[in-house]
Amino acid sequence: MKIIIDLGGGLDVCFNGQKGFNIEINEGARMSDLVLHLKTICNPKKIEFFVQQDQLRPGILVLINDVDWELEEKEQYQLSNNDRVSFISTLHGG
Amino acid sequence: MVKYCQSCQTGRAFMIRPKTGNLICQPCFFQAFEEEIHYTIVSCNMFKRGEKVAIAASGGKDSTVLAHIMTYLNHKYDYGLKLYLLSIDEGIQGYRDDSLETVKQNQETYQLELKILSYKELFNWSMDEIVKQIGLNNNCTYCGVFRRQALDRGAQLLNVDKIVTGHNADDMAETFLMNILRGDVFRLPKSTQIITGDEDNEILTIPRSKPFKYTYEKEIVMYAHYKKLIYFSTECTYSPNAYRGHVRELIKNLESIRPSAIIDIIHSAEQLALPNNVKLPQKQLCTKCNFISSNKICKACTLLESLNQGRAKLQLEYQ
Repeated sequence: MKIIIDLGGGLDVCFNGQKGFNIEINEGARMSDLVLHLKTICNPKKIEFFVQQDQLRPGILVLINDVDWELEEKEQYQLSNNDRVSFISTLHGG
Repeated sequence: MVKYCQSCQTGRAFMIRPKTGNLICQPCFFQAFEEEIHYTIVSCNMFKRGEKVAIAASGGKDSTVLAHIMTYLNHKYDYGLKLYLLSIDEGIQGYRDDSLETVKQNQETYQLELKILSYKELFNWSMDEIVKQIGLNNNCTYCGVFRRQALDRGAQLLNVDKIVTGHNADDMAETFLMNILRGDVFRLPKSTQIITGDEDNEILTIPRSKPFKYTYEKEIVMYAHYKKLIYFSTECTYSPNAYRGHVRELIKNLESIRPSAIIDIIHSAEQLALPNNVKLPQKQLCTKCNFISSNKICKACTLLESLNQGRAKLQLEYQ
């Protein structure tokens, strides 16, 4: 299934300057699977800006279809085709 | 499954507020965000009618939202303030030069007078030059000290009565923990004050305040995102080596377990009091530059002297 990815707060540096792109992932994948998938396509030099071990770096906000993932089951949320997932980093100067 | 806002019961919830754990919809969130800052400003008498206020602006998320909120509240509640944007160019290539473009955009959007001061013009040293000289340790110390003086000088040139900065709750909690970890007793009482520099003493400084003291960084980002405010978001080139990074990581991990931890730290910090017999450094004027100082020679001049001595030494070597 197709997932639409949006990057904010400077996270585009982890993905070659792309602020938005689509990815293909298997049916039934959860958010935790998505994070691992993105880890594989992340610039290896910038990986610590995005993940810590296999978890999303604390301080990165996640919106699923414009709703905070904390309202859903966070990492356990099961994705659907055409879901829009936004990752917005808060870890930079104000 | 749609979840509903706990404030109005009708709107679709889009977020859980970290401060309260309540589910909230967008309109209620915007309102709560704005009203809480208004309350913070009014309850500590942050401003007086007719005052000129400089908004310290970097083009980043906090100062962009600050410019937006100050303009909005000044208008909505008729604070009667004249607002300015004050920006400091530290001279960090690839970082500050880009963010200044965002400040210029802010100037257009909010129709505010903008003043930009650079380290190079004030001190004859840009941050890039400083790092070249001293290496990657302690550069934040230089930058912080110079920025404080640069803001004071900018505020004097603009002839404003007050300065506001975008320091948020996360920043305050980090600063407080940093001072605890470093055993910096002298900085502890001031580190969570909402207004600093307005003590009744003979040496006049331009007071600074932090309207976002109780505002979570997460909410600032959410507000900016949903209001489609444009800000610059890259980590400073030199920040990976900063001490604050360790404390920030701790705070972020605490927040993920218990979101109220940030505001709890601030409340605890406010309860802290130094014993009466602790003598704090007295404020005086620097004998070199005449700016406010805790010692005969202020920190900025002390740092500058060591930089200039280093530069002079290099020049001699080249001869």
